[in-house]
Amino acid sequence: MSAPDKLMNTELMQEREAALAPKAEVQGLDFYYGEFRALKGISMTVYEKQVTALIGPSGCGKSTFLRCFNRMHDLYPGNRYDGRIVLHPDNTDLLASAVDPIEVRMRIGMVFQKPNPFPKSIFENVAYGLRVRGETSRRGIEEKVEQALEDAALFDEVKDRLHQPAYNLSGGQQQRLCIARALATDPELLLFDEPTSALDPIATSSIEELIHDLKKQVTILIVTHNMQQAARVSDCTAYMYLGELIEFGVTDELFIKPKMKQTEDYITGRFG
Amino acid sequence: MTEHASKQYDLDLDSIRSRVLQMGGLVESQIRRALEAFGSGERALIEQVIADDHRVNAMEVALDGDCSQVIVKRQPAAGDLRMIFAITKTVTDLERIGDEARKIARMSRSIHERGAQSVPLAVDVRHAAELAIAMLQRSLDAFARLDAEAAAEVIRADAGIDSEFRSILRQLITFMMEDPRTISTALDIVWIAKAVERIGDHAKNMAEYVIYIVKGTDVRHTSPEQLEA
Repeated sequence: MSAPDKLMNTELMQEREAALAPKAEVQGLDFYYGEFRALKGISMTVYEKQVTALIGPSGCGKSTFLRCFNRMHDLYPGNRYDGRIVLHPDNTDLLASAVDPIEVRMRIGMVFQKPNPFPKSIFENVAYGLRVRGETSRRGIEEKVEQALEDAALFDEVKDRLHQPAYNLSGGQQQRLCIARALATDPELLLFDEPTSALDPIATSSIEELIHDLKKQVTILIVTHNMQQAARVSDCTAYMYLGELIEFGVTDELFIKPKMKQTEDYITGRFG
Repeated sequence: MTEHASKQYDLDLDSIRSRVLQMGGLVESQIRRALEAFGSGERALIEQVIADDHRVNAMEVALDGDCSQVIVKRQPAAGDLRMIFAITKTVTDLERIGDEARKIARMSRSIHERGAQSVPLAVDVRHAAELAIAMLQRSLDAFARLDAEAAAEVIRADAGIDSEFRSILRQLITFMMEDPRTISTALDIVWIAKAVERIGDHAKNMAEYVIYIVKGTDVRHTSPEQLEA
């Protein structure tokens, strides 16, 4: 549940809340880079099989927030989480120190701003996560790689050159490969950190199309600088500023009639 | 409202808004001149009103074009989006009001060409017309000041014109029944009264768009009671 004053508590929002199951609930999340408090008391719900967009100006904490979900911040000393991110259906607190971040990352995939395939073949990029997971059946791996490439709408383009280096692909194809890689391990939640900011408009459209298709099988959280993209691909949108969640609402309403003036100023370009 | 990071965006929007008001001013003067010509039968004035309608039409086309430019260049959101959206609808209503003014001028021409004035021209058309012009002015004013309260008053005022129209109709029917020779002229006056009534409807639409801009709620096709809520 979101803090009531941040929530656009409209009829449409209530309808959605009633109809949708929460996939993750963020409860009073604070995050510190050393002494610096980068996230301040964030509470919101990520609904299952929906696309939730995080928008806000640079430095507002949206990427920091996204990275909390798969414990990416654990990689650097001095970083500290407070609060909880409860993942359903098993009510695991992703931030609990007893929870293994590797385990978390098995369930939560991530796609970055720049495509970052491994310096391996197309096939091996997708198979990698499966092997790490302990999948040894060659047949099983082949099937899952093909399925993941299909799901990432890439298979038809690469089926005749699966064993060529991934670097031979175009930027848009590399990004879809990274999505296939994330999908191969059957994640419950996919995190996208500005997945199209390095791509041209056509490649961007194909990724957006893909996001739309993927939400049939997986919950998606996406950070984007492109507000039209947030409006196009997401079901719910959260606006963040200076580490705080300013407003959370149904996308269809937030871009037409936001409740908070700060949100209005940002989405209409009156910011700063 | 605070300014956009892009000054040019502010300038574009300001220019569009002020030209909507200009268009409103032109349309208002078209109605006034048409009604004056209806009373006086002054041929030159009638022709002038009919000829000037193209200026109203040209403003509609130009403003729609500018709104498309804003949409394609700025992808307006929230309040800006509602503003642009409302403006493209407002100019359509203004253009229609322009058409009604031209219609009044044409009917006046036909009445005065016929000569025989067996129907008192004034009837109540003038009173209804004053109400309609006042609604138009107040709609434009509400638009200029983004005043949802004033817009709501305009919407409520529309019922007054509707009842004026029905009363005009009753009077004209009486004339027609008493003396069938008045029928042609009386029918022309019915058309004029109908045009006035339509002007009130268009002004009401414009007021509804103002409420949409300000509050983000679509109050079209809702009753005045629901409007209060």
